Amino acid sequence: MNGFFAVLGRDLAIARREGGEALLAVIFFILGTVLFPLGVGPDPQLLAAVAAGLIWVMALLATLLALDRLFQADWRDGALELMAISPESLTVIVAAKCLAHWLLTGLPMAVAAPLMALLLNLPPDGWLTLVAALLLGGPALSLIGAVCAALLVGARRGGVLMTLLALPLYIPTLIFGAGAVEAAVGGFDASAHLALLGATTLAAMALCPWAAAAALRHAME
Amino acid sequence: MADATATANPSGGFWHRLANPARFQRLAGWLTPWLAAAAVGLFAAGLYFGLYASPIDYQQKDNVRIMYVHVPAAWLAMMSYSTLAIAGFVLLVWRHPLADVAGVAAAPVGAAFTFLALVTGAIWGQPTWGTWWVWDARLTSVLILFFLFLGYIALRNAFDEPERAAKAAAILGLVGAVNLPIIKFSVDWWNTLHQPASVTRLGTPAIDPAMLRPLMLMAGAYMCLFTVLVLVRMRLELTRRRIDALQSARAGAIE
Repeated sequence: MNGFFAVLGRDLAIARREGGEALLAVIFFILGTVLFPLGVGPDPQLLAAVAAGLIWVMALLATLLALDRLFQADWRDGALELMAISPESLTVIVAAKCLAHWLLTGLPMAVAAPLMALLLNLPPDGWLTLVAALLLGGPALSLIGAVCAALLVGARRGGVLMTLLALPLYIPTLIFGAGAVEAAVGGFDASAHLALLGATTLAAMALCPWAAAAALRHAME
Repeated sequence: MADATATANPSGGFWHRLANPARFQRLAGWLTPWLAAAAVGLFAAGLYFGLYASPIDYQQKDNVRIMYVHVPAAWLAMMSYSTLAIAGFVLLVWRHPLADVAGVAAAPVGAAFTFLALVTGAIWGQPTWGTWWVWDARLTSVLILFFLFLGYIALRNAFDEPERAAKAAAILGLVGAVNLPIIKFSVDWWNTLHQPASVTRLGTPAIDPAMLRPLMLMAGAYMCLFTVLVLVRMRLELTRRRIDALQSARAGAIE
């Protein structure tokens, strides 16, 4: 587990030293969400109806934004090969990088979400569920994205392809996440949606680091 | 070592022998015309029974005939993706050289069948449901399947080294296979507009034999068509690789 915390600390330190770049995803999330009332009009009823879905879609897109760099930079400067030949299992290293990615994108977005909910006039009944759903589903987004990022290491036009690979795989998370908030706003029990969202994240935790590590090993062959 | 395995295990030996591209080319070349003829015959019979010699539905009238084009297309879409996933698995585990070729060959064909299922579904949905498209779980998951095919094809073309492209696509094929059970059971898990399975359920199918016959004939025809297209595309891909190899060998000799 030492390797896990070493990689986690390293990725967080790199993000801190890069300054604002790490916060790009959350800034994109906020600015993008703010654009919608300007685009579709400030009608509170309309905004309240679409708020949950909008916030979730923006969360997916913002997660995508930072995924390019998850392995690409380390692959280019050779750090990834050193990690691969280190005694620590590559799967554990990938898991650490996913956690770092989530701490830098998913967590800030979950923290910023109530503010977005306020701006989009989401009924207060849904706020807690929105944050809970983003906290539960966020790790799945980072993990599934990591598989796609690993597949695209060294690819031409990797950034464009990331959209095509990751977004279809993100759809279940989006459906359960937005569904939980809709249920809570409608006065229903959101626990079924949240349980499915948690199941998605658990399945992603079990499978994705392994798949991403396999993809990275093939990329470095 | 290879010969020892071949004699000890006849079925393993068959796959082993197929790894020789020339032998596969011969076998595929022999199979293709027979399967093509079978496809033509089954299409003729299936279309005759489907469009002419089968009863109309008491609710849907003649619209039910779209089923004979739509349902087999959807089955084949799932089967094509299963082919990609199995090919990926075989490539990663046994490194069988034909697995990668099969993936290359099956992906665009599968994408075409998925597209056909979506389009015929829309055409069927218009008169029966009153809408071209609903965001129902089955429709959405098949749409995802279509995007997965596109992603697979795009990923294959994103690398300069064919080895790397093959492995990346194989892993994506396996990851995307998660969607298959979601498609299959979406109509049971989410009670939405699309009807649940009426043919592939335990016990007797909930469909009249007179309608089942053309459906099964069409399914057989689609299956033969799929196999023919994949075999032809595999032979094409193997020939293309052979030409590439010969050209680079000649380029090396000139230098």
